[in-house]
Amino acid sequence: MSVTLNRVRRGFYADSVALMRISRAVSALPGIEAASLMIGTPSNRDLLSGSGLLDAEGAKAQADDLVIAVRAADRAAADAALAEADKLLAGGQAKAAHGGVTAVRGFGSALAALPDANLALISVPGEFAAAEARRALELGLHVMMFSDNVSVEDEVALKRLAVSKGLLLMGPDCGTALIGGAPVAFANVVPRGDVGLISASGTGLQEVSCLLARAGRGISHGIGVGGRDLSEQVGGLMTLAAFDALEADPATRHIVIISKPPAKGVADRIAARVARSAKPVTLCLLGAGGMTLTSAAEQVMGRPLHEGSLPKAGKRKGWLRGLYSGGTLCNEAQIVLLAAGLEVQSNVPVPGAAETARLDIGAHSLIDLGDDEYTRGRPHPMIDPELRNELLAQTLADPAVAVVLLDVVIGYGAHADPAGLIAQVVESAAPDRPVVVASITGTDADPQGYARQAARLAACGVLVAASNAQAAALAARVVA
Amino acid sequence: MSIQKLLSGVPRVVNIGLSGFAADLAAQGTPVVQLDWRPPAQGKKHLADLLAALGACEERIARANAEALKRMLAANPVLVDVQPAGQVIKGLGEKVLLHAGPPITWERMCGPMQGAVAGAIVFEGWAQDLESAMQLAASGGVAFHPNHHFDAVGPMTGITTRSMPVMIVENRAFGNRAYCMINEGLGKVMRFGANDAEVIARLRWLAASFGPALGAALRASGGLELVPLISRGLAMGDEMHQRNVACSALTLRALAPHLARAAGGEELAKILGFIAGNEQFFLNIGMVMGKSIMDPVRGIADSTVVTAMCRNGTDFGVRVSGTGDQWFTAPVEMPQGLYFPGYSEQDANPDMGDSAIMETIGVGAFAMATAPSVVGFVGAGGVSEAFAFTGAMSEITLAKNPRWTMPALDGQGVPTGIDVRRVVETGIQPAINTGIAHRLPGVGQVGAGVARAPLACFEQGLVALAAAMGVRP
Repeated sequence: MSVTLNRVRRGFYADSVALMRISRAVSALPGIEAASLMIGTPSNRDLLSGSGLLDAEGAKAQADDLVIAVRAADRAAADAALAEADKLLAGGQAKAAHGGVTAVRGFGSALAALPDANLALISVPGEFAAAEARRALELGLHVMMFSDNVSVEDEVALKRLAVSKGLLLMGPDCGTALIGGAPVAFANVVPRGDVGLISASGTGLQEVSCLLARAGRGISHGIGVGGRDLSEQVGGLMTLAAFDALEADPATRHIVIISKPPAKGVADRIAARVARSAKPVTLCLLGAGGMTLTSAAEQVMGRPLHEGSLPKAGKRKGWLRGLYSGGTLCNEAQIVLLAAGLEVQSNVPVPGAAETARLDIGAHSLIDLGDDEYTRGRPHPMIDPELRNELLAQTLADPAVAVVLLDVVIGYGAHADPAGLIAQVVESAAPDRPVVVASITGTDADPQGYARQAARLAACGVLVAASNAQAAALAARVVA
Repeated sequence: MSIQKLLSGVPRVVNIGLSGFAADLAAQGTPVVQLDWRPPAQGKKHLADLLAALGACEERIARANAEALKRMLAANPVLVDVQPAGQVIKGLGEKVLLHAGPPITWERMCGPMQGAVAGAIVFEGWAQDLESAMQLAASGGVAFHPNHHFDAVGPMTGITTRSMPVMIVENRAFGNRAYCMINEGLGKVMRFGANDAEVIARLRWLAASFGPALGAALRASGGLELVPLISRGLAMGDEMHQRNVACSALTLRALAPHLARAAGGEELAKILGFIAGNEQFFLNIGMVMGKSIMDPVRGIADSTVVTAMCRNGTDFGVRVSGTGDQWFTAPVEMPQGLYFPGYSEQDANPDMGDSAIMETIGVGAFAMATAPSVVGFVGAGGVSEAFAFTGAMSEITLAKNPRWTMPALDGQGVPTGIDVRRVVETGIQPAINTGIAHRLPGVGQVGAGVARAPLACFEQGLVALAAAMGVRP
């Protein structure tokens, strides 16, 4: 037997649209068959009566009263609905969608909504990204192109346009930037400071900025220029533009350039620019002279970063397996392992390493799971670690494996709890499982929290190194 | 220098694509706006190619559109008179019915429109009762034409016949006239398909008493200038489609002294009460004004401006200036909205009426920013969502109307001149604020909401315009 319950608010007026909206919200509550909020005009009372929503109290309402009417399965549901209606009447308008972010459908509206916008972050499919970037540059906005699959011809044209307008074009395929202290896309929360980073690699930028942050040094800006910026064709257009800007930037006292060793002609141009820099420069060309991200950070700090802090690990016979989500971190690990005298294979081999597409081979192997072949049709492993965790479970069950090497990248854009997922896999492995060594790219200020992630890994027996290079060195020691 | 400027301040980000990035930036307090990106022309290659080919004729098109806008913005619509439709609309004779929307046959008409047709036939005395009226209509004994073909418009079913009084707006800048019947009020009315004795009796009173009195008042007043009236209405929170509270009151205020001379005693009280009791009284005036503004814009070669949007409850119709009087039609969509108690989407008739002329001239849903109270019809909307509506409509229009400004947007003009190219490119469907009719004739209004103009109409319009211009992809 349903219950019809009315409450009348004397002399209460609300916009009929607002009332209809609240009516709909109240109708959706559990146990509510129908609900309506209406001003008590005779015609409205007829409407309510016709829908079986009017009781004796509501029937007495006048044209300047509000009738809150519900028909419910029982009295408790009716009372709860009236209370909710009161709350909604008091609460005013609902918040906008998109977590408070204004959403619009065109560039014109975007600039109307945010008139002094200065940066376009573009993550549309590659075939459309260049057109959007061009439009943004023409409107005088700096651009960060997260999109990949942009042709090198488009990249050159866009970067020339950017240079002619005095604008920055980060990317394409640029996942990380720190602008004026604000992390953009995949980036970590680091303190503001005096080190300016220019990086061809997103994870390279993340690792160096986090190593410096954890060592107490702050970052002025981190500018991602895209993996091809120092190629012959692009010629370092944005690296040089960013360098000029950081050199002139009063907050920046030390400049770091992170890249693979570039083509000869470009390398000479960069070297010449660095030579006349007014500020100290650390040139981190990964692998050149054994250079790692960690050693670049140490150069900036002028001291070793984690003396004597290497966790203890016993020796064990078998193969080393690296399961990576960050390509540059995978490269850095290879550089460390090669320097330690190991022979390694990888799907993203550095000079000196052999190429392999497979993980389970009779050799030390490191796989970048962020490489195209693994991300086709699925999210990047930093966002969705499922594939890596499957492979981790298989690898931990493989008697031929001695040690597993992992990177854990946290910060904005990354999965909410990558360490937690890894820990679940490790905990369910057999007691004689291989040694697991990991490093975490992140800071305590990141949403996931460096210390919390490290504690979760340590709790299940994962050896947590202070950096990716240190993790690789530790893993090398296990199998050496 | 500009890169340093970026570095010395805070990034203010337009996020184009993955919305998670925008949420992250917002969580850190970085100013960000999310641009919900879609592939150009919804990824339809032939249309994207056509848009690119039209891009090569930009100058030609810009010249034509400048002329179209000039005519829209120079319009001087004045409500001048009320007369029986048959005396002022050429060709509206015996057994001719005008209806809302693009052309349609009896068989394809929705329930409310058939109901209104039957009621109008009885009203005109072409049949004795509703049943024989239905038979007459079904047997081809009457002719159907769109209002738009006769310089007229009508809300919802929009049925117009010779004996109905129509309001006349003269666009004094161009000398053309347009016509629309008088708004019958809320509830059981012919525009929602109602056709019983009460409805017919009201129509008779409108023809015999109200219409002549209003006509006399208008003639005595010298006419009611509508552009300044709309300006005031916008400032008072009307968007002139869903909300006409202010404009109806302003009209009543302007005409009351003249009405007092045109009628007297109890009849005057009834006339004043009729206007005062209908917050949507002004809607029909706004519509006929819109028609008078858009008619001179028809047929400008190379112009991509939309000159009409209308619906007959079955099809949505669009006209583009550069293709003259050709209709581009597609099935109408269902409005999204809120329903009166006891009704739901199951009861709703698809979108209907010539009233989308309001959006065609830049008000209605296009001016939502000035009427935030209306935006709730599309769901949990606040003032920011009202702004977003107007912002989105700005994406598909050519200009802001300097005569019709919105205080809440710092005096920005309403988005004016729908560009068929921009609609196809962005996929942003023009929004239309609308009442929702019951799908059965005679029940009346069951809710209100927002309808969207189908993209297919604009895609056809673009293809036809390119063909007319001799442009090939």
